Amino acid sequence: MERLFLDRDSRVHRLSPEVKIAAVLLFTVVVVITPREEFTAFAGYAVLIALVTAPARVPAGWLLRRSTIELPFVLLAVLLPIFGHGERVDWLGLSLSVDGLYGAWNIVAKGTLGVLASLLLAATTTMRDLISGLDRLRCPAVITQIMTFMLRYVDVLIDDARRMRIARLARAYDPRFLWQAKAFAVGVGSLFLRSYERGERVYLAMLSRGYTGTMPSVAGRAPAREWAISSALPVAAAGMAVAAAALP
Amino acid sequence: MHIANGIINGPVSAIFIAIAAAGLAVCVWRAKVDLDDRLAPMAGLVAAFIFAVQMLNIQVLPGVSGHLLGGTLAVILVGPWVGALCVATVLLVQALVFADGGLTAIGLNITNMALLGTAAAYLLVALLLRILPRTTGGLGATALIASVVGVVVAAMGFVVEYALGGTTELSLGAIAATMAGTHTLIGVVEGLIAASTVVTVAKVRPDLVYALRAFRAQPIKVPA
Repeated sequence: MERLFLDRDSRVHRLSPEVKIAAVLLFTVVVVITPREEFTAFAGYAVLIALVTAPARVPAGWLLRRSTIELPFVLLAVLLPIFGHGERVDWLGLSLSVDGLYGAWNIVAKGTLGVLASLLLAATTTMRDLISGLDRLRCPAVITQIMTFMLRYVDVLIDDARRMRIARLARAYDPRFLWQAKAFAVGVGSLFLRSYERGERVYLAMLSRGYTGTMPSVAGRAPAREWAISSALPVAAAGMAVAAAALP
Repeated sequence: MHIANGIINGPVSAIFIAIAAAGLAVCVWRAKVDLDDRLAPMAGLVAAFIFAVQMLNIQVLPGVSGHLLGGTLAVILVGPWVGALCVATVLLVQALVFADGGLTAIGLNITNMALLGTAAAYLLVALLLRILPRTTGGLGATALIASVVGVVVAAMGFVVEYALGGTTELSLGAIAATMAGTHTLIGVVEGLIAASTVVTVAKVRPDLVYALRAFRAQPIKVPA
C-alpha cells in the first residue's frame, strides 16, 4: 500500500498532513474551475507543480512515470476531436471538431494537473498520516475508522490470496479457464472468510488493548506557519487564474 | 465509473458535492447504530475487497472508466448505511492517493456509486430476500440481480449528471446506450463475484451477513 510513498526527508514531507490535503484540494478546485481557453494559466499551474516537486525531493521522472495512471483517460480524449460536433478545422488532412479539440485539451490539462497534485501528496505523506490528517480536518470518525481497517486489510487480502495461489499450484491445480470458474468462485469466497477471521482476531486484540475507534495521535495541531506555507500553492494558482482572465 | 476532473462543469460538480455530503451525513448518523464489534472489522474488509476489485478498470467514455463497483456485496454484508460509507471511503482514498477519479468530481462519484448504486441494490435485496426461496440459491440470485440493477442505476446517474453539466458535446443517447450496455455486462460479472462470496460467507458464518440478520430471523437452510 505504500508503493506511492517516497521515503525522503524534506520540508514538504515534514509538513502536517492536514495542511497538505487542504492545499491539494484547493489547488485542484482552482484548476477545474479555470476556463479551458486560458492556456497561460494552465502553463502557470504546471510551473507551480514543478516548484513544489523540487523542494519535496521527488524526482521528476518518478512523478511522470506514475502519472501514466491517467493514460487510459487521455487515450479516449483523443477521439473527441474526431467525433465532436460543430465547426471543424483541417489539420494534416484530418477534419477535426474545434469543440472536440477544446474538450480533449480540457480533459488532458485538468486531468494531468490533478493527477500530479494527488501524486505529490501521496509521495510525501504516508497513509497513516493521511488518515490522521483527515481526522483533524473533522472527517467523521466512522469514515476514518473504515479507512484504517481498509488499509490494513488490503495487505491481509493480498498476502492471503498469494498463499492460496501457491497452495493451489503446489497441488498441481491452476484454474484459469472459463470452465474452471467454480474453483475461482469458491476461492474468492474462502479468501474473504479467511481474511475476515484473521482480521477479526486482530480487531479483538486491539479492543482488548483499549482501542476506542480512533488511533491515538502523536503530533499536535499544525502550526499557523505551516498553513501559511502550504496556502501559497492554491493562492498562487488563484492569482494566476485571475491574472489570465484579466489580461486580454 | 470514476469521473475525472473537468468532465462535468464546476457548478454541477459543486451541487453534487453538496448532495453527496448530505447523503453521507445521513449514513454516518445511521451507521453509528449499526457499527458494533462484529461490523467494524467487516466494514474494513468489505472496503478493502471493493478497493481490490475496483482495480480492474476498462475505459467506457473519455474520462469515464467502467469497473466492478462492489456496492451490492457491501449492502448485503454490512447493511445500507455502513455499506454506502465503505464505497465512499474507497472512492475518497482513490481520489486522494491514487489520483483515480477527480478530487472535484468526488461528489459526482460518491453520489453515483456510493449512494445511488447501493440504495437501488439495497431496496432490491430487501424485496427479493422476502419473496425468493430461503436457500443459498435464493440468496445468490438476490445478490446477482441486485448487482446488475445497482451497477446500471449508478451508470445512469452519470448520464443524468452529463446531461446537466457535460463539458463536451457528445450525443446523450449514445452515452446512455454505451454506459447501459457496458455496465450490464459489468453488473453480471460483479453479480457472480458478489453471489459466490455472499453464499460462501452465509454457509460458514451466517452471523456475519447483515441482510440475513435483518430479513431472516431463522438460520438459512444449507444442504448437507
